[in-house]
Amino acid sequence: MAYSVKVLDHYENPRNVGSFGKEEEGVATGMVGAPACGDVMKLQIKVGRGGVIEDAKFKTYGCGSAIASSSLVTEWVKGKTVEQALDIKNTQIAEELALPPVKIHCSILAEDAIKAAVADYKKKHVDQAAG
Amino acid sequence: MDFTTDHFSLFELPPAFRIDAALLDGRYLEMQSRVHPDRFASAGEADRRLSLQWATRVNEAYQTLKNPLSRARYLLQLAAHDVGSENNAAMPADFLVEQMAWREAVAEARAAREHHELEHLHHRLQREIRERHDELAVLLDDRRDFEQAADRVRRLMFIEKLLIEIDDAMVACEE
Repeated sequence: MAYSVKVLDHYENPRNVGSFGKEEEGVATGMVGAPACGDVMKLQIKVGRGGVIEDAKFKTYGCGSAIASSSLVTEWVKGKTVEQALDIKNTQIAEELALPPVKIHCSILAEDAIKAAVADYKKKHVDQAAG
Repeated sequence: MDFTTDHFSLFELPPAFRIDAALLDGRYLEMQSRVHPDRFASAGEADRRLSLQWATRVNEAYQTLKNPLSRARYLLQLAAHDVGSENNAAMPADFLVEQMAWREAVAEARAAREHHELEHLHHRLQREIRERHDELAVLLDDRRDFEQAADRVRRLMFIEKLLIEIDDAMVACEE
């Protein structure tokens, strides 16, 4: 199967690979995995004042499409509020990367990773507000 | 022969995770020789086609039952229990953290061409796979706890992928 030019670009030059320090302020983590293909994806967001995502990093162990999907969403979430980030849909990711039908699940994984990271942020935020 | 039977009945074996592998192999070879298309080379077209369908059916059943993970998935399917492997959020966070750590260890060992370390990881994982299989036998055959069994099956799907990655890395080191 041939990868699209955009997938190859993100696969060969992945954006924002890595992790934030555990103690860094405003950092939230989303961990997801797809049993069907055994891929594991970690997406971290660094949220500043007003709930705006200032930075994002990812680490994905999986196929080229999974790496490209997570690389792309780290670019897309930057500058968005956490609520706006939740509007990113897997169909947009799949369309941007021209993913074939068998690789749609990779874009779903990336969408789930955003949701998981935002959920983690909200959980920490509520905890802080309560504490 | 009846096309509608399940894989276990096909080989006259009880539907269980604990399986007599030697018996399965024996029954498979016996059936395969009976339905092999070569034996129907001079038969009429309908019979030839039927023998080909049977040979395919027998092979598929054998492959499904031989591999412990696919056998477990098949038992869950017979019990009408969905493994839910398409649901990405189904995995517990601590398991995913652990999987991430494994993948990182494999990637590091691969980059450093540490064949010995990869072998060590391979053996550790093999041991874990055996433990998970023992666990599945208890859950599926003794307790019939399909909910828990489905969870173990999902975990094993990641673990088997990881084993493939370790083996790939070892091959890459040898090149």
